[in-house]
Amino acid sequence: MARRRDALNPPDMTIVEKLMHMNWFFVLLLALTASVGVAMLYSAASGDFYPWAQRHIVRFGVGLVLLIVVALVDIRFWLKHAYTLYAGVLLLLIGVEVMGTVGMGAQRWIDLGYVTVQPSELMKIALVLALARYFHGVSLDDVGHISKLVIPIFLIVAPTGLVLRQPDLGTALMLAMGGGVILFAAGVRIWVFLGVGVSAIAMMPVAWQFLHDYQKQRVLTFLNPENDPLGAGYHIIQSKIALGSGGVFGKGFLEGTQSHLHFLPEMQTDFIFTMLAEEFGMVGGIALLALYTVILIYSFVFAIVCGSQFGRLVAVGVTATFFLYVFINIAMVMGLIPVVGVPLPLISYGGTAMLTLLTGFGLLLGVHVHKDVFLGRLSTGEE
Amino acid sequence: MYRDSERQKLFTRRVAVLGAGKAVLLATLAGRMYYLQVIEADRYAMLADENRINFRLLAPPRGRIVDRQGAPLADNRQNYRILLIAENVPGGQVSETLDRLGQLVDLEPSDRKRILRDVKRNRSFVPVTIRDNMEWADITKIEVNTPDLPGIMIDVGQSRHYPDASAMSHVLGYVAAVSESEIGDDPLLELPGFRIGKAGVERVHDLALRGSGGTSQVEVNAFGRVIRELSRNDGQSGAELGLTIDKDIQLKTAELLKDESAACVVMDVHSGDVLALVSTPGFDPNAFNRGLSEAEWQGLIKNDKKPLVNKAVAGRYPPGSTFKMVVALAALERGVINPDNKVFCSGYVELGNARFHCWKRRGHGAMNLHSAIKESCDVYFYEIARRTGIDRIAAMSRRLGLGDVTGIDLPGESDGLIPDKAWKDAVLSEPWHAGETLIAGIGQGYILTTPLQLCVMTARLVNGGFAVLPRLTRAIEPRFEEAAVETDSPEDDSVSFADLGLRQSSVTAVLDAMNAVVNIPGGTAYRSRISEPGMAMGGKTGTAQVRRITKSEREQGVRKNKDLPWKFRDHALFVGYAPVESPKYAVAVVVEHGGSGSKAAAPIAKEILLETQRRMGTVPVSMAPKMKTSETGEG
Repeated sequence: MARRRDALNPPDMTIVEKLMHMNWFFVLLLALTASVGVAMLYSAASGDFYPWAQRHIVRFGVGLVLLIVVALVDIRFWLKHAYTLYAGVLLLLIGVEVMGTVGMGAQRWIDLGYVTVQPSELMKIALVLALARYFHGVSLDDVGHISKLVIPIFLIVAPTGLVLRQPDLGTALMLAMGGGVILFAAGVRIWVFLGVGVSAIAMMPVAWQFLHDYQKQRVLTFLNPENDPLGAGYHIIQSKIALGSGGVFGKGFLEGTQSHLHFLPEMQTDFIFTMLAEEFGMVGGIALLALYTVILIYSFVFAIVCGSQFGRLVAVGVTATFFLYVFINIAMVMGLIPVVGVPLPLISYGGTAMLTLLTGFGLLLGVHVHKDVFLGRLSTGEE
Repeated sequence: MYRDSERQKLFTRRVAVLGAGKAVLLATLAGRMYYLQVIEADRYAMLADENRINFRLLAPPRGRIVDRQGAPLADNRQNYRILLIAENVPGGQVSETLDRLGQLVDLEPSDRKRILRDVKRNRSFVPVTIRDNMEWADITKIEVNTPDLPGIMIDVGQSRHYPDASAMSHVLGYVAAVSESEIGDDPLLELPGFRIGKAGVERVHDLALRGSGGTSQVEVNAFGRVIRELSRNDGQSGAELGLTIDKDIQLKTAELLKDESAACVVMDVHSGDVLALVSTPGFDPNAFNRGLSEAEWQGLIKNDKKPLVNKAVAGRYPPGSTFKMVVALAALERGVINPDNKVFCSGYVELGNARFHCWKRRGHGAMNLHSAIKESCDVYFYEIARRTGIDRIAAMSRRLGLGDVTGIDLPGESDGLIPDKAWKDAVLSEPWHAGETLIAGIGQGYILTTPLQLCVMTARLVNGGFAVLPRLTRAIEPRFEEAAVETDSPEDDSVSFADLGLRQSSVTAVLDAMNAVVNIPGGTAYRSRISEPGMAMGGKTGTAQVRRITKSEREQGVRKNKDLPWKFRDHALFVGYAPVESPKYAVAVVVEHGGSGSKAAAPIAKEILLETQRRMGTVPVSMAPKMKTSETGEG
């Protein structure tokens, strides 16, 4: 990797320099969010650090180290190995089809002995990297050519299809929409999105046939939860009751009746926002949304100020993934969209999502640290 | 080369659009939050409370029943029982749970059937009683094994207990499980194991004794487990019912009647307080509460002596010679006779072509009122009944309390029957025959009375002619309330009953004769006289024919009552009062198929009146109407 050292190609930064360039306030925001998670998991266990809160702390700690490591890795490394990583994760996803264990009614996990890996989560990062790398090498003029869209659409469709097969509707949606956001930010023409949107709506009746019964049930239940108050609609009805009964100021920490009397299902994972809004009311809910918004604003700023298209697209892709987590989860627990099983970032209990997010934020911070690093048009960074 | 700055500008524009889109979506979330948590907050708060708050009904303790001294006649005992709550049985495996329970305690197949039926019939959170009245040893066995018996619950309830068992059975009645037809508005009745009064005062005063149910507001979790009690309203305990019964007199009376098919009522003649009311044989009310076995039930309903019938109020008997005072009073009041008029008894009297016998075949000779009552001459009363006429006799009967219910607070009271011409015309559409008047003169024929009515009749004769009515309930006192509410009749005896307007001289003549029946040699109850000073009783024997001895039986040598099968023998009756100088207590005894009143009924009445006077004293509590009867002419 011989590089010219001139104005466009400054010498590599030392670790110390990189650490000094790191936006530590952003890290603090993430830690703040995670500590909200700790508090809620403490409450979910009826005032106990066991079993969730303490492991959440450990996971966030491990994730934080990972985040810093990822952020310090030279951005050119990610550029260079984006496709390799993508291919590797895609292979893992295919592996899930072959040897994945069945958990929670969906094949999602690969058991590697003492750790289980969820390839679909890794794909959220790998896809961002691969798409960013691709569009990094496509000129503004070429972006307009429909032929240039074949590869990125394949990059999106392949993992999305595999994840749908598992079946995991939430993750598939996130992959498709996250990919779409990168395409949009890369400058793909608006009419392409309109075209895809219209045909997606047209395809809906066909797609319906391919949905699993439980997925159909979730959609139907979403449309009318009171139809099945003790079955599939139970979750969403109880969640709305919990939220609504929280009122403006909430019932108080550890005082959520819906949560602690177990009317609220899965309160430590998917429905943790409900519990927060029950105990801290609308004030608590809005405060958390504000915290997320600040993180989003920072992320956008990181994306905009980045000198390289790769970095910009990575940043916007990570931001989109993060936003989708937040929006889908909260909209789901409030009954705005069907229950799809997406955790609330940094707050829900669950290791894989935490690692995915912190890796993503590591990339985001890395993009910011390396914002002035010149990346050639080609992926290798060489002329 | 490529135009990176152009690309960056487009990127920035696109990111701005994305940012705006995200802002809109986040605002949607905030808006939704506002909708749920502000606009709809009240509705959801209510739904959350509905989720977590359950109301449970609490059974109030049933009121005690006490006698006139406050001694408990019916109270509540701790009762351990096991309940099953179907919704707490995992997977609804009720019969598997019962199998496991069956290894610890006995479970009859019939119990199992009932439990499974009850489980099906009730909502799944309603506890179903598995077994009642459990032994402490069994309870501890279950307690230890509760982790293996989900849905099984031990409950300490209260169960009704009657310490005196059968002696009080007809007064108190009993409580038993609510039958389906009895379930009404009161949700208490749907509680498992709830008992209501089915007979006696338990039934008549059931609502007062029952009290009102309390509620407990409990917080439950999603699985229905009670987390804590939020509030509790204990409801209103059942009222304590004070009876006029004196426990000792009642027990003594029951003991005297023993296994006879008999009834006896003891009354205070001034206040109407019923001191004892016994019908034998009785039954064990505790058995009804526990639940009768088929054999026990068959034993009760197949018994010829009808233990379930309260004969004191529901038994209808011809009064026999105890009716003669009524006939005498009717005749004296109408001036048909005076006490000294003589009637000659030759052993029979003829009317038309019918011959009416006196019980004394040889005849009594010349009889006046005094000797006719004393020796119970039938011919004398045939004659004065004929002279008086049935309608006047009937009118006097009613004045003395016969022929209609007394209104005592016991279920199933009979009104008896006092016939007159109008009655016969209306019911039988036949004219009254003169011979029937003669028969009525000795308390036979159509006339039917209850032991209670006979006691009231006696009380009205001896209390100075006041229309006393029996009173069984002294007070109903709701407990745990500021003011105890007394019943309308106060504790003392100065109850004012209407004066019947009987002529003092007529009453005195009759009472003189009743005194002679017991206390003068030759009186039909002379053997049963009370010799304790100041406690002497007066009275009248009666022997009521159940069936005439037929001509063919007479020819086969059946002359005497004891030669007949039990159920064709005469009823023995006695009505009495004491003390004769200033009557305070009246008693009526009927021994079904007991033979003659003087032999079977009078001795019992003597013991009862003796016991009553010993316990209650001989001096009336309040100003008793001054009544002068003649000196006791004792031999």
